[in-house]
Amino acid sequence: MNSSYILPFVDSVSNVFETMLQLPVQVGDPAIKPHDTPAADVSGIIGLTGDVDGTVVLGFPTATAERAVAIFTGMELQADHEDFADAVGELVNMISGGAKAKFTGKKAAISCPSVVVGAGHAVFGRKDVACIRIPCECDLGEFYVDVAIRDVVEQAPAAEAA
Amino acid sequence: MKVMLVDDSKTMRNIQRGILTQLGYTEIEEAVDGQDALDKVDAFAPELILLDWNMPNKDGITFVKEYRGAGKTTPIIMVTTEAEKSRVVEAIKAGVNNYVVKPFTPNVLGERIQETMSRAKAA
Repeated sequence: MNSSYILPFVDSVSNVFETMLQLPVQVGDPAIKPHDTPAADVSGIIGLTGDVDGTVVLGFPTATAERAVAIFTGMELQADHEDFADAVGELVNMISGGAKAKFTGKKAAISCPSVVVGAGHAVFGRKDVACIRIPCECDLGEFYVDVAIRDVVEQAPAAEAA
Repeated sequence: MKVMLVDDSKTMRNIQRGILTQLGYTEIEEAVDGQDALDKVDAFAPELILLDWNMPNKDGITFVKEYRGAGKTTPIIMVTTEAEKSRVVEAIKAGVNNYVVKPFTPNVLGERIQETMSRAKAA
């Protein structure tokens, strides 16, 4: 994966948390997500299509996600409440939208977000696209952003048969 | 002032509603997508519309084109994660009056609303 796609997500996750939650974020070193990575409890998932395609996952332990949603919405919501999923979806939406705006010379559209809630679930993306994990920490706890995107190569039109 | 909030995220509608209420705007109607907004807008007759871009069923830019195509002039502020310059230009060409990129602070949204309404009054 083109590493120039990672920095925009680092900047964007910090911007979203600082602007909407008033929480500074410490971002660790991005690295390829190992296969034996511990699973998440809450995942906000969004797809990108266009000149690049792939997925972005914002993953939390339940307690961290519930605290983040409480600050974001001003309401204490349990993870099984539909408004909880809406809030997590909006966070990954803002992170992805802010990042894709900084993809130099590339146009991309983002999907409406999906949110998975369930202790210890795993999210699997395409096997042929490396997934980079951006570890993050704030006063609420640890969380991460997984980015698995690739450049879309235009296929040359096939020559017509003689 | 009557304001219509159009966003598929209840969280974002609540946040914007809170900011509008703090600014003294309490006549607020909500819509969950562009089609819902088109269904409600004539009856509510807003003086300002805050509009998300990416929504299911009918997105914000399609709403703007249809609404302006019907000759409606109510000021519209696009409130969206779409931050690329090309998207801003596309929105302005379609008839959007002002633009706020998410994430935003209450001050930014408030300033854009005042700016938009001042321009509308001067026009």
